[in-house]
Amino acid sequence: MQFMLLFSRQGKLRLQKWYVPLSDKEKKKITRELVQTVLARKPKMCSFLEWRDLKIVYKRYASLYFCCAIEDQDNELITLEIIHRYVELLDKYFGSVCELDIIFNFEKAYFILDEFLLGGEVQETSKKNVLKAIEQADLLQEVSYPSLD
Amino acid sequence: MPAVSKGDGMRGLAVFISDIRNCKSKEAEIKRINKELANIRSKFKGDKALDGYSKKKYVCKLLFIFLLGHDIDFGHMEAVNLLSSNKYTEKQIGYLFISVLVNSNSELIRLINNAIKNDLASRNPTFMCLALHCIANVGSREMGEAFAADIPRILVAGDSMDSVKQSAALCLLRLYKASPDLVPMGEWTARVVHLLNDQHMGVVTAAVSLITCLCKKNPDDFKTCISLAVSRLSRIVSSASTDLQDYTYYFVPAPWLSVKLLRLLQCYPPPEDAAVKGRLVECLETVLNKAQEPPKSKKVQHSNAKNAILFETISLIIHYDSEPNLLVRACNQLGQFLQHRETNLRYLALESMCTLASSEFSHEAVKTHIDTVINALKTERDVSVRQRAADLLYAMCDRSNAKQIVSEMLRYLETADYAIREEIVLKVAILAEKYAVDYSWYVDTILNLIRIAGDYVSEEVWYRVLQIVTNRDDVQGYAAKTVFEALQAPACHENMVKVGGYILGEFGNLIAGDPRSSPPVQFSLLHSKFHLCSVATRALLLSTYIKFINLFPETKATIQGVLRAGSQLRNADVELQQRAVEYLTLSSVASTDVLATVLEEMPPFPERESSILAKLKRKKGPGAGSALDDGRRDPSSNDINGGVEPTPSTVSTPSPSADLLGPRAAPPPAPPAAPAGAGNLLVDVFSDGPAAQPSLGPTPEEAFLSFLEPPAPESPMALLADPAPAADPGPEDIGPPIPEADELLNKFVCKNNGVLFENQLLQIGVKSEFRQNLGRMYLFYGNKTSVQFQNFSPAVVHPGDLQTQLAVQTKRVAAQVDGGAQVQQVLNIECLRDFLTPPLLSVRFRYGGAPQSLTLKLPVTINKFFQPTEMAAQDFFQRWKQLSLPQQEAQKIFKANHPMDAEVTKAKLLGFGSALLDNVDPNPENFVGAGIIQTKALQVGCLLRLEPNAQAQMYRLTLRTSKEPVSRHLCELLAQQF
Repeated sequence: MQFMLLFSRQGKLRLQKWYVPLSDKEKKKITRELVQTVLARKPKMCSFLEWRDLKIVYKRYASLYFCCAIEDQDNELITLEIIHRYVELLDKYFGSVCELDIIFNFEKAYFILDEFLLGGEVQETSKKNVLKAIEQADLLQEVSYPSLD
Repeated sequence: MPAVSKGDGMRGLAVFISDIRNCKSKEAEIKRINKELANIRSKFKGDKALDGYSKKKYVCKLLFIFLLGHDIDFGHMEAVNLLSSNKYTEKQIGYLFISVLVNSNSELIRLINNAIKNDLASRNPTFMCLALHCIANVGSREMGEAFAADIPRILVAGDSMDSVKQSAALCLLRLYKASPDLVPMGEWTARVVHLLNDQHMGVVTAAVSLITCLCKKNPDDFKTCISLAVSRLSRIVSSASTDLQDYTYYFVPAPWLSVKLLRLLQCYPPPEDAAVKGRLVECLETVLNKAQEPPKSKKVQHSNAKNAILFETISLIIHYDSEPNLLVRACNQLGQFLQHRETNLRYLALESMCTLASSEFSHEAVKTHIDTVINALKTERDVSVRQRAADLLYAMCDRSNAKQIVSEMLRYLETADYAIREEIVLKVAILAEKYAVDYSWYVDTILNLIRIAGDYVSEEVWYRVLQIVTNRDDVQGYAAKTVFEALQAPACHENMVKVGGYILGEFGNLIAGDPRSSPPVQFSLLHSKFHLCSVATRALLLSTYIKFINLFPETKATIQGVLRAGSQLRNADVELQQRAVEYLTLSSVASTDVLATVLEEMPPFPERESSILAKLKRKKGPGAGSALDDGRRDPSSNDINGGVEPTPSTVSTPSPSADLLGPRAAPPPAPPAAPAGAGNLLVDVFSDGPAAQPSLGPTPEEAFLSFLEPPAPESPMALLADPAPAADPGPEDIGPPIPEADELLNKFVCKNNGVLFENQLLQIGVKSEFRQNLGRMYLFYGNKTSVQFQNFSPAVVHPGDLQTQLAVQTKRVAAQVDGGAQVQQVLNIECLRDFLTPPLLSVRFRYGGAPQSLTLKLPVTINKFFQPTEMAAQDFFQRWKQLSLPQQEAQKIFKANHPMDAEVTKAKLLGFGSALLDNVDPNPENFVGAGIIQTKALQVGCLLRLEPNAQAQMYRLTLRTSKEPVSRHLCELLAQQF
């Protein structure tokens, strides 16, 4: 996988993960182009499209679009299920996840993703194992901090 | 503010995010952000030391701001500080910030690497994983340099935790992808392969990805993975849906791992071991059988996971292309999907069938679905699915169904989406040409294309029809008649006018007998379109008119009248004006004979690869990202030639670019060509009488050499840079060189041009040229059969360290090579430092469905970078003595393999690259040479001496150079030559 983008129906980017080196400018250009392309598609259309020399696999969950760019050889259907498994992980962690969870706890969304996918490849598919890693981390953190704002 | 915070909940962060969300406008958001940035900056700069929590919170805010799309230029140091915190969440945020906002600031990199190093050494698995994630996320060369050697150790260490192994495997994969040279292969590779047997499914899942990537470049080192992968796969496929517990996904056992294993197997040919192969075939059959079973769940996740495995299985079956039974079963399965209610499955089935269509075993089976596919083209609501259907029709087309497919595609074109019209036009044009039994059908088809989608008919397409009509006299009359009729439509496309103008100018005489298309009628029909056309078309029509004067003397007065009109003679466009003036003069000054010679019918075009095909490949070529490809064209497909591409192999053919009346002489992209040509022509007419031959343009041969002339000193490759780096052998596995590779290579040690390889299918020719440390090589791949080669992919591979010694850039070539056609590939070569082994050339393609592969040694040897040096005897001996250390000298005494002829020997030594020095050796029978090997990094001075002994039929060869391996290598190379 080359990158994964999460964006809202309004085109707001909620999460971006790049597994290939690209400049910030390129990243912005790609994001703009893809958000536009995917949002323009109708609901019943197929979840795959060719884009440049990559294959885009996307799926909408409520107000959020999950969009992955994979290479020519990669398997589209299993990528759809990568997306679904990630959604399940978020859902299990946050307890029926919604867009706001990802906005306010964006760092957690990144941490969960890193446990699941690394370097663009699936690292661990067991829901239990991924969440165990994240929850262990949560246990490690200190409980009370004074608010300094 | 919604209470969505989880875990440690940084309240300040939540408030800030909430504020941003409440901003009503972009300006308000920017204002709020600037306020926050100022606040954070002052906190970071303030005298009061911040505690870890505050630091974490502010760093997290900066990260949020960056992810919103704003620039962040500070805070890196604070993030780096967090890395060394021993509080997990602080460390974690630090790493996240670094991963997202990595900065090439060298000072910072050092600190970051230090922190990572500490965490890797900490033996705390959570910290180790964080560090590994960070390396994998950044994946930069600097990180590779710092850690590439450590990670394999962590990966195979007996005491590493499973989670650490998983992260280490994928971290290594990322580093290897970024800088393969930094990852040392070694004894760990064998242990990595055995991770396929690991008890922990997660470890296997991560390891397979790593192995799949590594084995592409080192197939032999990882060969043992085949049997391990097969047995793992077999265990998964045959397991019950609950056996694998948490690795079962919607009743499908380990779908991700299965897909990865099937991909790994696609890096290799079918297993050689019969037992392994039997077991694998059983697996593949099981997957195909399971596809027929009723689903265990109605959830789409179940069917997706199951079908993901099925499609990957089919890919493997296609990759092997050796099991007719499985191929046909795969095809039937896909056939079922063609009418599935899931759009995704229809899309994938169409896509996958495209590859099946090219296998000889399944081509016929694919063809049985033609009606379904045509129906998909007509009824699918999603353009990307229709596109796949069009692709499949193209792939399944052969002589038996060409007429049906072409007419369906033409019909589709009338309503096709604008985005894909041009591609459909190209495909129709190619199919029409390729499968034309009678060329009148071909002409009809192309004219229909222009009628239906004139705007999308590119130059390549209409040039091609002109070339074909010009080359086939059986179709010329029909073409003239048809185009004449087409022009009678009240609104016809300008491309039709171009084709009509050209064809009538050449062959209008063939229909002139019919009073309905008499010369004056033809002329007035064309001229009625004249004023509505662009300059390029009008220029072409003027050429048609002058041709008419020759074909039909009776039109001369009318046409001269048109040319003489002020609107032509004083036209503001210089091209039109010049044509009018010159044609008018030509028509009034030249005798009928001269006119007839000058305006003779166009000679046949040389038969070469269709330029349309080349265009389609440029559009759709593997990896040729169309968006990235814009504006970049292969320099060899020069437009001037009206779509006929010059290749150095046909230097004797006059370049059609100089044909004055060629359809391309006029259009604006090449304005200087036509006037100059026209000028020459007139001079010729008046000075030499009828000997007006089209002047030859620069032959491709000259162009070839001139490419090398201006090597920009700094980055000689930049001009010719291509995004396809030759160092990357692509996703294929490379076989060992063929047994005769060395022998073939030897033929090229002393020469640069010739046939490198030839068998019944393929001929590979080489032309090369070297200057200093640079070289350019042309490879010509000739298809000797009458069948198209498919998936044709030649690639250059650098074994071992060669990549650091020799840079070879290749241009991509077309993936299809038609029967009898030749394609050319350009290689730009730069010698970085001395090297001993030549690069490998791996050629893979499909012939009649069967995969062919061939590995040769590319004829680039170190002596190609020789610069001959002349020197006097005295200097020679002085230098010879300077190089007297035993390791600087290499010597060989060997028997002559060829007749000992002094002239031949001389020629070989010169071909080898050194200068030949006369009057140096006291024995005039001996040969002495000197030269410098030029590499980017260093120069190696070389002296050589060859002493023939005619009586004994032996030679003694002595080489002295400043580098030991070079002496030995040159000596070995040269000794083979005599």
